[in-house]
Amino acid sequence: MLGGMTAVTLNQFIPLPLAILAAVVITMIVGAIIEIVFIRWLHKPSVLRMVIITIGISILIRETALHIWGESVRALPYFTGSSVSSINLGGVYISSQILWVVGIGALVVAALTAFFNLTMLGRQMRACSANRDAARLCGINAGNMVTLSFMVSAAIGALGGCIICPITYVQYDSGTPLAIKGFTVAILGGLGNSTAAVGAGMILGILESFSIWVLPTAYKEAISIAILLAILFVKPSGIFGSAEAARLKEF
Amino acid sequence: MLRIKNVESGYGRLKVLKKITMHIGAGEIVTIIGANGAGKTTLLRTVSGLIPARSGEILFDMMEIGTLPPEKIVFLGCSLVPEGRQVFAPMTVKENILLGAYPQYRRKRGDQIRDDLDRVYGLFPRLKERERQLAGTLSGGEQQMLAIARALMARPKLIMMDEPSMGLAPLVIKDIFTIVTRLRGEGSTVLLVEQNAKAALGIADRGYVLETGRIIMQGTAEDLLSNREVQRAYLGRDLDAEGTM
Repeated sequence: MLGGMTAVTLNQFIPLPLAILAAVVITMIVGAIIEIVFIRWLHKPSVLRMVIITIGISILIRETALHIWGESVRALPYFTGSSVSSINLGGVYISSQILWVVGIGALVVAALTAFFNLTMLGRQMRACSANRDAARLCGINAGNMVTLSFMVSAAIGALGGCIICPITYVQYDSGTPLAIKGFTVAILGGLGNSTAAVGAGMILGILESFSIWVLPTAYKEAISIAILLAILFVKPSGIFGSAEAARLKEF
Repeated sequence: MLRIKNVESGYGRLKVLKKITMHIGAGEIVTIIGANGAGKTTLLRTVSGLIPARSGEILFDMMEIGTLPPEKIVFLGCSLVPEGRQVFAPMTVKENILLGAYPQYRRKRGDQIRDDLDRVYGLFPRLKERERQLAGTLSGGEQQMLAIARALMARPKLIMMDEPSMGLAPLVIKDIFTIVTRLRGEGSTVLLVEQNAKAALGIADRGYVLETGRIIMQGTAEDLLSNREVQRAYLGRDLDAEGTM
């Protein structure tokens, strides 16, 4: 929401690619500030405590956004083409923006996977999440890693908001439903596995779309919550995650 | 190398260490023995910076480190192999070892990391075999080896080990203690904290006996091994029974 709104506002003054880049950077800085102000000084924060604090902050940001931007619904223009143009892919007509979403999503996942598995910085972040004290004993500054993880996730969120808002539109309160869907997808795929999350996202999207065949349309939004509950009861490690790998992680 | 003077430390309102004074010279293996709850782990956590010292001074290489955070202390060359191994369970063995080399990487000595990797694989061939396995799936002994290997990658001048024998089979303990002796042979200084007093004194040069947060005895390893008090309390020899025989 913050990323999308900022990009929409900036797009009035600067071209679209620059506006998106600036929105991502601004959101990243906001993420860093949130971590430094609210999280950093906590002594050994548990994940649960951080989750609750960040939910509180998200409400705060939503209300602030309401004051700044009002209730009006906005959107970025389509990156290529317009809302009525479409591309014919083997007999299926798809809006060009969908291809942008899928393409950029794939790029982000590939970049994240490479970052976490191949770079020293990515490994340091994983080490901190696996065992904070042991990471510090290896000389890693755990506090900075947490700030960095807030920045990375803020940047990804902002980019995601920018690329989907031409389709879905953006409003001061459009973040929360997305957060719930995002959380469902993350659990469904298995926490900490970004490639699996993409697969899970596809599954959730297809289930939601086809649910209107059997259920009234009003229940479409409830699908993700139902799946979230079901997966937490039946297979908390996610459909793609192995129970063994999940056991080794601490959340 | 390490000098601790009148150090006090603890958790919250609980004071665990009371005026601890000790020293470790370069090239020594020094062991701290004591029962459960004597403060052994607290002492190592204080020296490594995980808990700040409340008072007293900790000098490492003539530098005061009592108030430094652990990530700085590691850079100075003082590494801790923590109690219960604390490997990065969801990461591979090799990633664990390479993370240990982080100080080297920051010192721009990345060129040495390859050699160091070969060296720890030489010490622990088992880790080489299991390079690509997740650390959490290793056996206890292998995890202990991994924790030691990870600490060695930082090229520490002083390596502190907290109960490396905990929960391991006797044969594995023997292996690990052989490695500790070998490290001294290669010029490392080792501070070994153990409940297994007999094995620890068997390889150490000197020892300290810690009881309820105080050092109640110190001396060379031979002296401590032959001390009746130590034998009774920590080596499990029943002197009364022997006396009646």
